Order: sequence, then structure tokens, then C-alpha cells
Amino acid sequence: MPVFPAPTSRIPPVTGPAIRLAGTARFGTATLFRDAVLELLPGTWTCLLGPSGVGKSTALRLIAGLDTGADFQGDIKALDGSPLTGRVAYMAQSDLLLPWLDLRGNVALGARLRGSPPDWPRIDALIDRLGLAAHARKRPASLSGGQRQRTALARTLMENKAIVLLDEPFSALDARTRADMQDLAAETLAGRTVLMVTHDPGEAARLGARIYLMENNTLTQHPPPAGHPIRAIDDPEMLACQAALLLQLRAAT
Amino acid sequence: MSRRLLVSLLVATLLLLLWQALVTLADLPPFILPGPWRVAKALAQNADLILWHAGVTLVEVVIGLTLGTLLGIATALGLAASPVARQLVRPALILTQALPVFALAPILTLWLGYGIWSKILIAVLIIYFPVTSAFSDGLAATPKGWLDLARTMQARPHHMLWRIRVPAAMPALASGLRLAAVYAPIGAVIGEWVGASQGLGYLMLLANGRAKTDLMFAALAVLALMTLVLYRAVGAGCDRLASRFS
Ligand SMILES: Nc1ncnc2c1ncn2[C@@H]1O[C@H](COP(=O)(O)OP(=O)(O)OP(=O)(O)O)[C@@H](O)[C@H]1O
Ligand SMILES: [Mg+2]
Repeated sequence: MPVFPAPTSRIPPVTGPAIRLAGTARFGTATLFRDAVLELLPGTWTCLLGPSGVGKSTALRLIAGLDTGADFQGDIKALDGSPLTGRVAYMAQSDLLLPWLDLRGNVALGARLRGSPPDWPRIDALIDRLGLAAHARKRPASLSGGQRQRTALARTLMENKAIVLLDEPFSALDARTRADMQDLAAETLAGRTVLMVTHDPGEAARLGARIYLMENNTLTQHPPPAGHPIRAIDDPEMLACQAALLLQLRAAT
Repeated sequence: MSRRLLVSLLVATLLLLLWQALVTLADLPPFILPGPWRVAKALAQNADLILWHAGVTLVEVVIGLTLGTLLGIATALGLAASPVARQLVRPALILTQALPVFALAPILTLWLGYGIWSKILIAVLIIYFPVTSAFSDGLAATPKGWLDLARTMQARPHHMLWRIRVPAAMPALASGLRLAAVYAPIGAVIGEWVGASQGLGYLMLLANGRAKTDLMFAALAVLALMTLVLYRAVGAGCDRLASRFS
């Protein structure tokens, strides 16, 4: 009797590596962060909070291997020993949609740029799940801010990479859609190593297995709520953590 | 739009009336400045002749515009694909702009003869730079965020060029083409002045030499109209191009 392999889902499970950023970043003489250590645990979400302009996006871009204009001294590496290049999906703070492609074309961009045929059934299914099916043929100029942001999220999820860097991915969404998208992202990115920059303490408390605060040129860890992400919206521990985070953000000088 | 058309018509009529008034009141002889009525009569009497010469000029302009545009696009793409080429060719390209095409016209006519090819080449030379430089600047000015995104997506360089940098540069190319549409007729007419046996430029020179000033003005009017229509047509195409890609 031949042995058939167990049926697998179309997308093979991926486990993201642990990642460690350690060092100091400066813009000219201005120090952005000094002797910071940012550790992403393998296959989990890490959330990065902090006031506007402290350097969160810069840290994310450093990990993505993009030019930041900052002078960084230190070390960024995946702890599994393999290089980061080619394993990272990046969702920038601005949606970066291409105005001449429709929503569908934007979601398919990654495949197109690599010269491989886009996986249209998966793309259309994802667009549908993000609640964008009715707009699939629209160009970005005729989409709302939240629709544009979800399109950018879909494009990032289509990358199917082991490491996913999200810069305020849900900032333009209404409360309900935001909660839905958090669920969807947590499910879709299960097993990936995710770093999410956010301004929303509740979001960090809901999704973070680890939570970092960046303020006054330093990076500190804040204890996450007990229990595994993604946490229930009315989880008391989660709400307590959300409050504690907000208090700490407000206490910062 | 129709309102704008109405205003333009009104202004044109007013100018024609002023022109006629100037000629009548100052009692200018027709070989110095013929009135619009005389010019219109010359146009009607010589319609076949003028249209034939206009056809020649139009062919030169259209071929020149097409070749110059294709050449400019190809050069800009070549420069965009290869940084080495950019460093080598860019200064040379700017140097060629220091040479006025007017100065080259006689030698080009000497080399290529009195036929349409010397005129086409002059038109090509005159529009090559604006097209190349507008498109090339557009290709070099792709928003950094898109390039970063493409890099994290591990885009192949030629896909990055064709799927991001080229479409992003379309509005810039469109503005180069708009300029080219105005310059191309100038190039062709310069060529016809320097040496030709046909074309509106030749006809104007001939009419001028025989003191047929009304015919000269009639040919000039047709040239102006042709340039305007060309500019509008290319402009409409460019508007569509620019809005398709932005
Ligand atoms: N190229 C640059 N040259 C000089 N300074 C820069 C440059 N890019 C960013 N900065 C500065 O670095 C600081 C950090 O920028 P960054 O985008 O990382 O902030 P952020 O924490 O993501 O803020 P926000 O929450 O508003 O997105 C800012 O004060 C910004 O002005
Ligand atoms: Mg930021």
C-alpha cells in the first residue's frame, strides 16, 4: 500500500527565526537610541510603542535592511544564523500603493516584481477576507484611507515571509475593522516572527508576546499580559496591561 | 470648455479687426503688411499649393517627432538601466545642447541633401534632448518608498524598471512630449529655410523673395494652425498618459 502524505494546506507552515537588534542609532549628532537591545522571539509578535518621532520606524527599517539615513553602530541578525535578506516582508507606515494598478494588481505586486505568475485564487480569497472584494478593480485614488491600508496589508500578507515588519498597519481603520484585521493578521501570520510598530496600547496588549517601549533614547521592555496572543478584547489582564502602558507613555518626559 | 472656445474666438476676431484697422488707417502697402482679408484671399487662391507644401512639412514633423521620441525614450531607458552609461553619456548629452541646431542645419543639409531627411534629422535633433532629459529625470526620481518596497520584495532589476520606474516616469515623459510637439515644426521649418524645394518654410521664403507677402502670411497662418493642432493632439494624448499613471 502506498503511503499518501497527510493533506497539507496550500501555504506550508513557516516558523520565523529569532531576531536581535543591538546598537546605537544617530542622525548626525542627535542620538535616536543608545545601546538598545530589541529581541524578537521566534514565531511570535513583538510590539513597539513610543511617542511620535522617537525612532520606531527607523528601527524597523534597519531590520528590513533598508537605507534609513541614520548612522547605526551595532548588530542586527537572525539568531538561526541565516541572513535576513529575502526573508522579510515590510509594510511601511504609508501604504505605498502604485496609483496605476488596481487594488488586485497592487496585492499581486510582489509576484510580478519577482517575475513569477501571481497566485490569483489566493489573492482573490485574501481580498475577499479583508472585505475588499467589491473594490478589487478600483485604483488607489478611489479607495478610502482604511481600504488603502488594508490593501497594503494584503500585499504584505501575500509575501508569505517568515519575518514580517508592520509599521502601524491598522492606524487608519475604524475600531471594529481594526479588531477584525488584528484577528486576521494574527491567524494568517501564525508562526511568523512579527514586529509591529503601533501607537495603540490596546493593540500592543492584545497582540504582543513581547512589548517594547521606546522613549528618551532608550528601549525598555514592558511585561505583556498573561496568556497567549491573540487575547480577547475583554480579557481583564489585557485591559490592565493596556492601562499600564498608557500610564507609562504619559509618565515619560 | 465651450466658454473658453467662445473667448478665444472673440479674442481672435478682435485681433483680426485690429490688424485690418492698422493696415487701413496707416495705409500700409500690401507688400509690407497685407490685411487679413488679402491674406485670406491669397489662402483661397493658392489653397492647393499651400496644402501640398503643408503636407510635406507635416510628414517631416510627424516622422521627426516619432523618431525623436523613440530615440529619446530608448536613450533614457538605457541611461536608467546602466549607471555607468549615465555617467558617461549625461555630460555628452548636455554638451550637445550647447551646439545650436540652427548652426548645424546647413551642414546637415549638405550631408543629407535637399530632401525631407535633412529636415527630419533637424527635428529629431531638436526634440531629442527635451524628451531624453524629461524621461530620464522622471526615471531617476522614482519615489524612494516604492523602490524600498520593491527591494524588500526582491524585485529583479528589469522588473523594477518596467513595473515601477517606467510607469512612475510617465507624467515626466508626457511633459517632455508636449515640448517636443512644439519644437518639432520649428526644426522642420529651419531645415526648409536652409535648403529645400518643398515645404511651408520653403514656400514662405519663396513668397517673401517675390514680395508676395500675402502668400507668405497665408503659409505662416497654416503653419501656426498645424502647430497648434499638433500641440493640442499630443497634449490630449499626454494628459491621458499622465492621468493613467498617477
Ligand atoms: N533622513 C533623516 N535625516 C535626519 N533625521 C531623520 C531622518 N529620518 C528621520 N529622521 C528623524 O528621526 C526621528 C525618528 O524618525 P522615525 O520615523 O523613526 O520616528 P517614529 O518613531 O516612527 O515616529 P512616528 O510615530 O511619528 O512614525 C524623527 O525625529 C525624524 O525627524
Ligand atoms: Mg513611524
